[in-house]
Amino acid sequence: MTFWQTLGAVLLTILIAFISGLFYMGIRRKVIARIQNRYGPPLHQNFLDVMKLWSKESNIHHGIMQHLAPLWMIAMGVSTLLFIPIVYNSTFWANFTFKGDLILLLYLMVFGSLGFALGAGQTGNPNSAIGVTRGLSQMVGFEIPWVMALIAVMIQYKTTSLTDLVAWQQQHHTWIAFQQPFAFLAALLVIPAMFRYSPYDIVIAPSELASGPPSEFGGKYMGLMMSSGSIFMFAKLALIVDIFLGGATSWLWMIIKTLSLYMIPVLWSAINPRYRTEQAIWSLWRWPLIFAVLGLIIASV
Amino acid sequence: MNYVLNDRESAKIVEFIKNFARKNSLWVLAYGTGCGAIEIPPTMTSRYDAERFSVRGAATPRQADVLLITGYLSVKTLKRVIRSYEQMQDPKYVIGFGSCTINGGMYWDSYNTIKQLDLYIPVDVYINGCMPRPEAVLAGFAKLQELIGRGQANGWRHYKENLEWYRQNQRKLIKNWKMPDYNW
Repeated sequence: MTFWQTLGAVLLTILIAFISGLFYMGIRRKVIARIQNRYGPPLHQNFLDVMKLWSKESNIHHGIMQHLAPLWMIAMGVSTLLFIPIVYNSTFWANFTFKGDLILLLYLMVFGSLGFALGAGQTGNPNSAIGVTRGLSQMVGFEIPWVMALIAVMIQYKTTSLTDLVAWQQQHHTWIAFQQPFAFLAALLVIPAMFRYSPYDIVIAPSELASGPPSEFGGKYMGLMMSSGSIFMFAKLALIVDIFLGGATSWLWMIIKTLSLYMIPVLWSAINPRYRTEQAIWSLWRWPLIFAVLGLIIASV
Repeated sequence: MNYVLNDRESAKIVEFIKNFARKNSLWVLAYGTGCGAIEIPPTMTSRYDAERFSVRGAATPRQADVLLITGYLSVKTLKRVIRSYEQMQDPKYVIGFGSCTINGGMYWDSYNTIKQLDLYIPVDVYINGCMPRPEAVLAGFAKLQELIGRGQANGWRHYKENLEWYRQNQRKLIKNWKMPDYNW
């Protein structure tokens, strides 16, 4: 791989993740509208929203940390995406995968939220502060079962490389979701909390906290957050597909698998009201944690 | 390259694309001042579904594009409306909702409501009626989208250019003018 090939692969991966992430969000809005017996916005509505936010003419911020906060988010989204192998057995779409990328990703995936918490704290908006405390509590809630599920997979297959996991699944014609069902169940139950959809939307509770941490972010800051949100969303889905659902042999399979996986939190959120903070954390520490511990026991026996 | 960027025709095309995005993505800050706020829930939810026309609620002024003043404004509320309006990011639009924002409506001789919203913040579209039905509200949004598409919804620019005149009017009503000194 020459330098230019790597650069091209990286840019193309980011572009495809951005576009498909925004389309997934559009599908989500449409699905929720149909469930609520509405017609709903067009599928490309999120592109128009991002374009509008980028064409805002005034963008104020309250300090350098707030100015940087959306940049932490997009740095996290892009760097998470770039350590995930997208297509099996392809050197072009393998991006920057290496032997220990699963461990690195566990760190990378919380980095942006922590940076954003600092930025949101600087706005001085009380809603932001409440949102940040809730968000960090919820993160403790879902990180524990999530990390334990991943560790169960790592122990069972004695590898910390995503490429090895995908290769094992492709060669044995099975999914780790069937081989290690308890870890998969734990990850599945944690997904709505990772996406912060209902019932876990305690952080960005529009009717309660006025959208919480991003309440003082407008204009291009908001546009940057929407862009990074779409990229990070696709990255998380691709990661779970790679670990549990056998990876993908082409981009088409990746899109199909991530979109079907994405429908789980979407449909779950469409019929659920919002948890209180302690309910959210206890619901994450009950069944997901039990499943993760079971998976860990099975993996190590 | 510089020639292309400064060309008037290409600037026109860029402006057209920008306006297309702006008119098809309106995030509304519904400032429920008066009785008119009761017409907003049916407009936004299943029955009339404003989202299919790309009209969506926004949680805070910073994220919003359209300020919807629903009904009469008391002098006390006017101060909050001005603060909310000035926190919104350009380009921003105002919709005056109901007769009360046009000439005071049924509050025309009240001692503590304003008569004409246009004197205090620039209004792009008025929706007449007491109360306007959700159909009328959607028609008002369609009118605003048409104006944005033609590049004629320039109330925010007018406000910046004639800030002194607006401030004069505002100070006439708000006796204890203790607005924080913030950048917009």
